[in-house]
Amino acid sequence: MTERPIRVLVAKPGLDGHDRGAKVVARALRDAGFEVIYTGLRQTPQQIVAAAVQEDVDLVGLSCLSGAHMTLFPKIKQLLVTEGAEDVVVFGGGIIPDDDAARLKASGIEAVFGPGTDTREIVRFIDQHPRFAALRPVAA
Amino acid sequence: MDATAASLADGVARGDRRSIARLISLAENDDPIGAEALRILHPRAGKAHVIGITGSPGTGKSTLTDRLIEAARRRGKTVGVVAVDPSSPYTGGAILGDRIRMQSRSTDPAVFIRSMGTRGALGGLSSHTADAVKVLEAAGKDLVFVETVGVGQAEVDVVRLADTVVVVLVPNLGDDVQAVKAGLMEIADLFVVNKGDLSGADKVAADVEANLMLAHPPAAPDGGVPWSPPILRTIAERGEGVVAVLEAAARHRAWSETSGEWSRRRVRRVLDQVRALLERKVTLFAFEPDGTPRPAWKALLGDLVAGRLSPQDAAGRLLAAFKP
Ligand SMILES: Nc1nc2c(ncn2[C@@H]2O[C@H](COP(=O)(O)OP(=O)(O)O)[C@@H](O)[C@H]2O)c(=O)[nH]1
Ligand SMILES: [Mg+2]
Repeated sequence: MTERPIRVLVAKPGLDGHDRGAKVVARALRDAGFEVIYTGLRQTPQQIVAAAVQEDVDLVGLSCLSGAHMTLFPKIKQLLVTEGAEDVVVFGGGIIPDDDAARLKASGIEAVFGPGTDTREIVRFIDQHPRFAALRPVAA
Repeated sequence: MDATAASLADGVARGDRRSIARLISLAENDDPIGAEALRILHPRAGKAHVIGITGSPGTGKSTLTDRLIEAARRRGKTVGVVAVDPSSPYTGGAILGDRIRMQSRSTDPAVFIRSMGTRGALGGLSSHTADAVKVLEAAGKDLVFVETVGVGQAEVDVVRLADTVVVVLVPNLGDDVQAVKAGLMEIADLFVVNKGDLSGADKVAADVEANLMLAHPPAAPDGGVPWSPPILRTIAERGEGVVAVLEAAARHRAWSETSGEWSRRRVRRVLDQVRALLERKVTLFAFEPDGTPRPAWKALLGDLVAGRLSPQDAAGRLLAAFKP
């Protein structure tokens, strides 16, 4: 595979109306050279997965502050698999207790970032992910 | 999991969404498998009505597109959308946010929406957009909307691939004037004055009308009735006036077909794409995608910078050395 921009869907499942965190992440990823598809607030898992498939994204980043992450995140991962998009890397963020984070990881959410995470940590997670190694320009 | 070109083309022809999405990516990345799949699909393309939607940022293009999708679906038409947003010239990154306003049919299997960044400075945008449109056509979409910001030449080139071009204006942006400057008056087949709920919409419509009267009405190619671009009023946010836009686009298509404009634009579309590909191939022979010179002509570069070689001579030498 040749060098190309990595595409990330940043999505906000659930009913909370706070997208500041999601927008901060979207901007940080753009500034790191990613193509970010942002779909706005209150997306259902079906809407998120439809967008992920149509946009052929490499990753889906989920931000949820409503507390419903334990149902929504695994549901989205599972729908991606049903759609044949099991290769899409899913990560999430929000107010997520450690126990929940561990269970989310077990259900295929590859990384979980707490509130106030330095956005560089998210960029590093993607940059160092083995799936994308071949796509990134070699550091000078 | 590299699908072969044939199975990819087959998937697209069956309307498989993963295949459509993957092929658009491959085309966008200039991947040879993508080029091969597009070659296979070529005979299936060319049947959709391609509608370009352009205008300044924030005029309501995405909102309007969303409502047009809805109106088209109510009439049983299948729909594809290519929404182009600018990439950062510094990082190559982009935030593609048109989908935020395109949620009415976000899970409708007959609707396929794809966002695209303008990516590198070295052209390719209009060619990649044409490829994405072609994939959606080959997948059987009846209507394909192409949303793009009507500012630079690259974006104007993008809407030139449409059968029908809709220019969206709003009150109080000095937008009508901008449309004249950006050369949008010449390419518009329909004008939409959106945000009719704000004051000043009458003035925009009147200004456009006055400008249109100044321009020579284009004669129909066969000397028949010329098309005069209608000026439509909408409140896209409330869906008002949107059906009229779809109907006007359909009338423009009917006029195009009887006047010969339809095939003329189809010819122009392929010629544009060949020209864009040629420009890109030659440019990428000499430059990296980020615009820095390729090592092959580092030797010339010294002479060029020192003024011993003129840009004309440098270009001439590069062309002489050009290998596709
Ligand atoms: N007042 C008003 N606002 C509108 C209308 N249509 C769209 N908008 C708003 O204009 C803003 C930009 O819309 P968008 O569709 O994203 O514009 P685009 O950048 O041209 O695609 C959004 O806040 C929309 O809600 C309208 O008819 N009236
Ligand atoms: Mg838009």
